[in-house]
Amino acid sequence: MTGTVRFGKDLTGLQGLSVEQIQTILDVAEPFKEISERPIKKVPVLRGKTIVNLFYEPSTRTRVSFEFAEKRLSADTVNISGTGSSFEKGENLVDTARNLEAMRIDMVVIRHNASGAPHFLAERIPSNVINAGDGQHEHPTQALLDMLTIRDHLGVIAGLKVCIVGDILHSRVARSNIWGLLKLGAEVGVCGPPTLIPKGIEGLGVHVFKRVEEAIEWAEVLNVLRLQLERMRAGYIPSLREYNRVFGVSVERLERAPREILILHPGPMNRGVEIDSHVADGPHSVILQQVTNGVAIRMAVLYLLAGGSPERAEAAKGGART
Amino acid sequence: MSRPVLIHGGRLIDPAQGTDERLDVLIVDGCIARVGPRLEAPEGAERVDATGLVVAPGFVDLHVHLREPGGEHKETIATGARAAVAGGFTSICAMPNTDPPIDDPAAVGFVRAAGERAGFARVYPVGAVSVGLKGEEMTQIGELVSAGAIAVTDDGRPVWNATLMRRALEYTRTFEIPVFSHSEELGLSGEGVMNEGPVATALGLLGIPNAAEDAGVARDCIVAELTNGELHILHVSTRGAVEIIRAAKARGVRVTAEVTPHHLTLTDEAVRGYRTEAKMNPPLRSAADVAAVRDALVEGVIDCIATDHAPHHYEEKEREFDDASFGVVGLETALGVCNRELVVKGRLDLMALIERFSTRPAQIAKLSAGTVAEGMPADIVIFDPEERWVCAPDSFLSLGRNTPFAGQELIGRAVMTFVGGRMVYDRRAERRAAPAGMKVGSDVR
Repeated sequence: MTGTVRFGKDLTGLQGLSVEQIQTILDVAEPFKEISERPIKKVPVLRGKTIVNLFYEPSTRTRVSFEFAEKRLSADTVNISGTGSSFEKGENLVDTARNLEAMRIDMVVIRHNASGAPHFLAERIPSNVINAGDGQHEHPTQALLDMLTIRDHLGVIAGLKVCIVGDILHSRVARSNIWGLLKLGAEVGVCGPPTLIPKGIEGLGVHVFKRVEEAIEWAEVLNVLRLQLERMRAGYIPSLREYNRVFGVSVERLERAPREILILHPGPMNRGVEIDSHVADGPHSVILQQVTNGVAIRMAVLYLLAGGSPERAEAAKGGART
Repeated sequence: MSRPVLIHGGRLIDPAQGTDERLDVLIVDGCIARVGPRLEAPEGAERVDATGLVVAPGFVDLHVHLREPGGEHKETIATGARAAVAGGFTSICAMPNTDPPIDDPAAVGFVRAAGERAGFARVYPVGAVSVGLKGEEMTQIGELVSAGAIAVTDDGRPVWNATLMRRALEYTRTFEIPVFSHSEELGLSGEGVMNEGPVATALGLLGIPNAAEDAGVARDCIVAELTNGELHILHVSTRGAVEIIRAAKARGVRVTAEVTPHHLTLTDEAVRGYRTEAKMNPPLRSAADVAAVRDALVEGVIDCIATDHAPHHYEEKEREFDDASFGVVGLETALGVCNRELVVKGRLDLMALIERFSTRPAQIAKLSAGTVAEGMPADIVIFDPEERWVCAPDSFLSLGRNTPFAGQELIGRAVMTFVGGRMVYDRRAERRAAPAGMKVGSDVR
């Protein structure tokens, strides 16, 4: 592993990362996985750093995952979320940015419902800005943990056939996965109702499957996306029941697959809508490992953006105190 | 009355008269008294040396948003009219989507009077088609015309109700004014904020497909055909709309069309990086669309250039892309952009460019403008077609600084502008008048 891979100030998405940078994050996550298995889950690498988790959209799992990552690296963290904060009183993003800068915050982890919000912030403050999900644009740490999980189970990503199933149009998870997987040499497919497939997605280099049966026939990995109730209300699909009947990843459909398929889901799941419980809880589901890997990936990202070198991360493994 | 003015030594290009030669222009009592070679200056005349420059009928912009009343922090009638003459425009048509909107004769009168008081470009109000711009009830169009409106529009929005569109196109025939149409099928644009396509997909932004404009333009051309009314399509941006307009014209439909400088030049790639100064409606489209509207303007299927000058306060643009207001300014960059893209790149000659900036818009709005002929009001622009300059929004006279051309090199710039024989803009004087470090125009209110 070379130590010469450098990172920019921010992680706003995977589209702008190089293959080497993505590989490095996955590799650096390995020693951080090990730290989470110890009785004392702490290393001092980010001691003294102040990190704000700025979550404009509700999220328990991502925010908690980041919070644990930060605390395990010994950083000081503060959470700002939707309720009771000044931005609910109408403070706009520019002013929030300036206030954070005035408080000399080292790193900001931001989740926002507007695509481009992390980019907006990153352009205006000197702190490291990490995108925890912006609108429909990207959710880079999610895709990174998805790829780490795939690699854990199947050994490689290059040449693998990965299909993302669900509401691709509105999905930042889908987009980040597409960028990341293509860069690492996987073949990527998407599958969902045509109303929820963005126009021109083939131009990104992905296959489009009309029916989930075709996707299952083709894929070695399925990443099943959560279908949101709003999509039905907005008329993209007639009902959740119909979605499940036509596109649901069910035991029956998987039984007809020519091979064993790894099942991923970013969570939280709508059991019985996009995925059946037996699949989610079944032997090929790696959904819980995704969650475990999530903390490690986020530790790796924070570490690398803060200037940590990949070699010293490796040395942290095995209980050595840095 | 002001002194006579003799503009001498310039290259007079007047498409309406077919003129392109070195001719002098004598202005007396605000009108063009004589046009001819090597004219004698009468006693006490002011001499204006236009050597090396082009002298042309002042430009006419059919599509300008002056934010007064209600949005004076973005622009006032005075600041907009002043920005206009800096861009070479001597007549501008003010859109009615102000707050309150220009939907009654008193409001029309207010805009006219404010324009006259400002004393820069002539301001012609465009009245609303519907009361409150709600798209339900027709305004008292006759009264608006009597008060000075030269057209009606609900711009900002389409007239979504086909019945109302029909009535408007029929009723305006009495007054022989066009309906200016922002043609859009709202059900297809949805919540889009930029062009639907690969760039929107990559950025995670919802898109407005070409179809939203094409379907809107088709409907409006069909209704214009049904009613034999006069239709003017605002801000054409798609190749589909071009074809629909071409076919409608071939069938004899009374339709005209305009295109903005930004749609002639930029694609949706300009949005990458979430640049809100590239956010407007209709949005910047694909390269194929840009080529199509350019060719259409050259060919004449699109009749003229209009800026859709839409100033916004920086707060409205300095935000997440979804939240930022739609619109860009254009009065001060139109000549520089279009001359660079069309004349310097060999697609049009200067005569044809001026025809699309002056002659044809004046015809569409039926103004006494667009030509430097004896007896006409002396609305004249003198410009340098070769001057290269860098677009610096901080030096704009407009209060709006939201332009996608910031930092770009433009070619061609107005030097002096006359309205009614008065010199209302002199760039050489502006430079001399501004001491080092002061922003020119920032004190205009």
